[in-house]
Amino acid sequence: MTSTRAAIGALLRKELRLELRTFQVIPAMALFSVTTLIVFHFSLQANSVDGPLAAGVLTVTLLFSAILGINRLFVADQEEAGFDGFLLAPVDRTAMLIAKAIALGAFLVVLELIAVPAFALMLLDPDLTGAALGQTVLVLLLADVAIAVVGTLVGALAIQTRARDLIVPLIALPLLLPVVIGTAKALAPTFALAGAQALPGRWLAILALYDLVFGLLAYAVFDFLLED
Amino acid sequence: MSGNRLLTLSVATVVTMITGYSLAAFYAPMDADQGFVQKIFYLHVPMAIVALCGFVFAGICAVMHLRTNESKWDLRSYVAIHVSFILGVGVLLTGAIWSKASWVHWWVWDEPTLVSFLIVFVLYATYTPLRFSIEDRERQSRYASVFAITAGAFVPLNFVAVRAATQTVHPRTFDRTGNLPPHMATAFLVCMVGMTLLYVLLWQYEMTHKSTVAQLRALKRKLGDDDGARARRSAAPELQVR
Repeated sequence: MTSTRAAIGALLRKELRLELRTFQVIPAMALFSVTTLIVFHFSLQANSVDGPLAAGVLTVTLLFSAILGINRLFVADQEEAGFDGFLLAPVDRTAMLIAKAIALGAFLVVLELIAVPAFALMLLDPDLTGAALGQTVLVLLLADVAIAVVGTLVGALAIQTRARDLIVPLIALPLLLPVVIGTAKALAPTFALAGAQALPGRWLAILALYDLVFGLLAYAVFDFLLED
Repeated sequence: MSGNRLLTLSVATVVTMITGYSLAAFYAPMDADQGFVQKIFYLHVPMAIVALCGFVFAGICAVMHLRTNESKWDLRSYVAIHVSFILGVGVLLTGAIWSKASWVHWWVWDEPTLVSFLIVFVLYATYTPLRFSIEDRERQSRYASVFAITAGAFVPLNFVAVRAATQTVHPRTFDRTGNLPPHMATAFLVCMVGMTLLYVLLWQYEMTHKSTVAQLRALKRKLGDDDGARARRSAAPELQVR
């Protein structure tokens, strides 16, 4: 167990160091999210959004930005033989799933630190008060866990295929649709024009259930994606 | 499966399906609300249930494949997804016809059962492209199994999420007991059995076909015919025959 924890720590440090040195994925995701918000402004022809529309715009923006991160998640390992190095080490293979999922989750949190304020400034009409912000953070954290787990699984699945950039969105978007539904439905009352209303518990429960099921599932099947 | 048993199964399927749909047409009463259109229910609902069960069955076969590492389980999973996907096209078409007749529109978005089926359908549409884009056969089958397990677990979860999302206009078939009159229930059950038999039959035919091709290839290889033995690049799993 301690060796697994050490392996997770080492892999996670490697991921974060790689990102800090290259500054490749997070700036791209952040820039893409801001661009998407601008696209929404023009395509919806709306200066401000609220309620279900606002929740949907934020969810879609974050999801599409996350797809960029998922696409890049394993590229360095594939191109620079990181998989071989990891497989040679006598550690539990699941360590890579956990480390990659935590890294992707961290990228998503940083993305949201930029995208949510940008969304609040650019498009959201009701001001993001303290209570609304708290609710948004809670829902987005639940969604991040789901995107991180499913993203790691799909990223690992797609990296060995010839059409990896095509495969990732094709598989990830349908798999993440329950998360889209849950996040959008949960956030809709938060962004109501008349002021934030309470979070609907049912949707938080569905998001949490999704996190749990796909967490266990990824834990069970991830080993088979690394075997060689 | 040998020729005789396949023949028996074929006859049983044809007889059950003809009985089922005759019962549906003549024995079951006309729906007071929807009239004749409601009869498509006997085709649409069994098809949807069987297709979804087929996806879950494919996931179970994929679990067996990863555990035993035998190519036959991968083949079973592949064929199950294949047949379910074809039934899925039928489900979407009959669903759209029914929807047009009873709710005026070809497609109704606030209809969770329809929408969740579409999501599952779109997800499984990537199964064959995924297989096709992996050249190494052993890796192809392993990755396909991981996909089949993930998607198989996704099927029930997706239904929970989408069903909770919307107020429903879709009739619930099994939400409480006794919302089908007994005559309708009998006809429906026979149609359900017929559709299950049809699925099993199609699955068996495809399995027989694939294993016969594999045996033929193995024989050709023994005869030293390299051209016949060399498999083309394909999305279909390769059965190992000694």
